[in-house]
Order: sequence, then C-alpha cells, then structure tokens
Amino acid sequence: MAAIQITDIKKNYATLQALDGVSLSIEPGEFFGLLGPNGAGKTTLISIIAGLIRASSGNVTVMGHDVQSDYRAARRQLGVVPQELVFDPFFTVRETLRMQLGYFGLKRNDDWIDEIMANLDLTNKADTNMRALSGGMKRRVLVAQALVHKPPVIVLDEPTAGVDVELRQTLWRFIGRLNREGHTVVLTTHYLEEAQALCSRIAMLKAGRVVALDTTNALLKQVAGSQLKLRLSGAPLPEELRSLQIPIESTYTSLRINHTEEIEPILASLRLHGCVIDELQLQQADLEDVFLQIMDGAHQ
Amino acid sequence: MIGFQTLFYKEILRFWKVATQTITAPIMTAMLYLLIFGHVLEKHVQVFSGVSYTAFLIPGLVMMSVLQNAFANSSSSLMQSKITGNLVFILLPPLSYWELFGAYVLASVVRGLVVGLGVFVITAWFADLSFVAPLWILLFSVLGAAILGTMGLIAGIWAEKFDHLAAFQNFLIMPATFLSGVFYSIHSLPPVWQAISRFNPFFYMIDGFRYGFFGQSDVNPLHSLAVVLGFFIVLASVAINLLKSGYKLRA
Repeated sequence: MAAIQITDIKKNYATLQALDGVSLSIEPGEFFGLLGPNGAGKTTLISIIAGLIRASSGNVTVMGHDVQSDYRAARRQLGVVPQELVFDPFFTVRETLRMQLGYFGLKRNDDWIDEIMANLDLTNKADTNMRALSGGMKRRVLVAQALVHKPPVIVLDEPTAGVDVELRQTLWRFIGRLNREGHTVVLTTHYLEEAQALCSRIAMLKAGRVVALDTTNALLKQVAGSQLKLRLSGAPLPEELRSLQIPIESTYTSLRINHTEEIEPILASLRLHGCVIDELQLQQADLEDVFLQIMDGAHQ
Repeated sequence: MIGFQTLFYKEILRFWKVATQTITAPIMTAMLYLLIFGHVLEKHVQVFSGVSYTAFLIPGLVMMSVLQNAFANSSSSLMQSKITGNLVFILLPPLSYWELFGAYVLASVVRGLVVGLGVFVITAWFADLSFVAPLWILLFSVLGAAILGTMGLIAGIWAEKFDHLAAFQNFLIMPATFLSGVFYSIHSLPPVWQAISRFNPFFYMIDGFRYGFFGQSDVNPLHSLAVVLGFFIVLASVAINLLKSGYKLRA
C-alpha cells in the first residue's frame, strides 16, 4: 500500500488547467521531493492531497484512504505544513498545539507537545502569544502543528522559505529523524540543494504535469560527469562543440564533459574560432542542472 | 467528539479573550438604548396592559442583544479565519460537517446568552419584571441564538471580505431585528406593516421570548415556536449542506 497514491489528478480553474493528469505513487518511509517552478501546480497538488481543494477528476489516497470518500481516516494519516505563514492571533503556542491535537480527536498529551516544542526549540516560547513570535518562530509552530497528531505521512510545502540557517538545520534534523523512524515525508522546496541532500526520490512538475520522476541518483546521472561553465565573448560557440552543450537558459554556456582531459581540446577549439573566455568554472553536476535541463526540455 | 469539544472550546476562548469588545460593549449599547428610549417613551407608550414601556422594552433589548451577538460570533470568527488564512487549521483535521456546524453554532449560542444575561442583569433594575413562563424565555433565547449563529455561519462561509459581512449585517440582520417589535408591539403598526411583520422570523423570536416574561404576546407562542423551529431547521440544512459541499471553503 502506497503512503500517497495519486491517480490521474486534474484540476481546472476557470481559464487555467492547474494540474493535467498527475499520477504518482509515494511509498511508505520515502523522503520524496516535489519540485517545480512557481505555478507548476505543487501547492495545488498538496492541497488536493490534504483535502483543502477538490480535484476536477482523478483520485488520491493517503495510506489507502480516499481523501474525499474516506476523508476523516485520510486526514488522520496526514500532517501538512502550509506554505503561507498563518497563525491564530488569539492563542499562545501551547494553546495552539493543544487545540490542533484536539481537532484530530486526540486527548490532551502535554508530554508529546513538550517534546515537539523541545525538538523545534520552542520550549521557552510555549506561553507566548502567536502574535509576538518572529517569522521563524511562527514557522516552527506550523511544523509543530503538523506533527502534533503523530501522522505517518508528513507534507511540507516550502517549509524553509525565508527562514534562517539555524531553523533549517533544526528542522531537517528533526524531520530526518522522523523519516528514519518510518514517517513518509513529502517536501516541496525551491532550495534544490536541500532536495538533493534529503530526498531519495523526486518528481518534477511543470505546467501541471509530471516531467520527471526518478530516484535522486538516477536524475543526477542524467547530467553525467561535470560541467564546464564558460562565459564567452568575441564569437559564438563553435559548431563542433554544440553537441556538448547543455540546453540551459543562462548567461553561461555549459558544456558536458566526462573527463578533465576533454578540457584542453575544447579550449583549443574556442581559441581557433576566436572565442574569448571571460570566465571559466568546472562544476560537478547537481540537481539544479538536472532541474534546469528538464524544465528547459519540457519547455521545448 | 473531542474534535467538536475542542473547536467549541476554542470558539468560546476566542470571544472570552476579547470580552471587552464581545461582551461588555454590547451590554453597554443595550443599556444606552434603554436609557434613551425608556426615558423618552415611558410616559407616552403602553403596549401591554399593566406593563410599563420600560418593562416591555427590556426583554426586547435582551433578545436583540442575544441575536446580534450570536450572529457576530460565528460570522466574525469564520471571516477572520478566512482573511488571516488560519482556517486551514480547521480544514486540515478530520472534523465532520456536524462537528463544525455544532461547535460554531453552540459557541454563538453561549456568547448570545452571556451577553443577553448581562443586558438583563443591568437593565432589570429599571423596571418591575415578571417571569410568567421562564421555560419559554430559555427556549426562545436558545433557539433565537442558534438561528442567528447559523446565519452567521452561512454569512461567514459566503462572505469574501468584511465588506460583504457588513452588508449582511446592516442590510439584513439589523433591519429585521429593529422591525421585529423590539421597541414596539406590531399591533401599534398600520395593518399593512402588521402583515409584513408576520413574514419576519425575528418578530416571532422576540414575541415568543417576551411572552415568557409577561404571559402576553402579539401571536400565540406555540405559533411562534413552530415558526422559529422551522426557520432553524431550514437554515441548519442550508449551513450543513454548504459545509458538506465545501462551498467557498474547499475550492
């Protein structure tokens, strides 16, 4: 049984098709990344999983429970950290967490609430009103609210947007621990180095469609070896080097190479054709390259 | 059940934490109505035999406060949650439509009754009141508050900004309340307006409520009870169906 099974989900708004037949299967215990540019449909998909919006067609199950027909069971299995920094200004951190626990039909469990707060460095803010917290602290409370009912599946929608390094590290340490303990984690982020470091499998969305779905390692292998990033002037890239070029829209010209011995012939060719090298970098391929390549490919 | 209890408790705590605005202020407003209208009209108007105008006015003001505050509670809570985005904390958990409906409406009833009791305690010093049928007082106040709490829920679901809510309140709730016999008996109106008043459900809430005090009313209290109960069932069905369909809550 998949932790989250998404089958041919479509979502249409008046003039916009936000999701166009998305199917994904996220297995229990996975740390799954959902990547894509703004407007790709990531948050719409998460909202459909969470039951916050309804799909135009298709279905989603969480731990085997349909999010529409068996919504109560599905929601018990799911903890969602929303992207927006929202909070209830009437209550303290502890009150907020107690209520969230109660909404899930669970009895008060202050030991667990204390443990979550300790893990997210919120203990000394327990009795502070939500209004008085900094943005980073509010973000921590959002994470705590998503975890308070001990859901087996955790969905984090850009949880580190605009937060400092310390919180990121605290958050990933805690989420990493939960993942090792068996929780399924689904993450959307614009920080691709985070996704590369944390996610075992990644789906990339563009314009409401899945344009890549594979393990992180397999995706990285799509951009084999290294990249020679050049800023050129004087003349265009010689024809004989075009086959090495990685199709990425950038101020750099990126060439794919497998061995460092390939660099000298490239430089010789550039010299011969009158290209001036203003800047040169040798880079190991990373998820950003894969992302840009796939997004660019999907665009063409 | 714990989900319902928690949401109910949260709704109570929400208005209790700003009691100056949600409880004290409406009591003060009702007090001003009594002082001004009671002083001006006491010697000029007698509605029921053997009942002074101030005594007649007090149950009307109490019920008006109950109704307006019950409406304000559910509508403003839902609207604030929608505007600030924290409604997501209610929408993500496995709360059923019945739990949502029950918690919002019951909290509205509590706020309405607390304010109503406050208005009564303060205003009762100004006139000799009788309590001919206390159970009718309780019944109509609870039902009236439940109706307005439900209307507040519907308005909160429908409204997209506070402007919409203000329109609902000022163009529907306020006129219906003021034209329902808070300050007068409909028998003092011309026949046309008497007939129109009989289409206003608020009239039956206040008339039935007032019957509990004086044992006198414009229409038979059983008739009022039937209208009020029917009105509540219709509104509750609408509200529950809106929650069930996710109208404006789950796009």
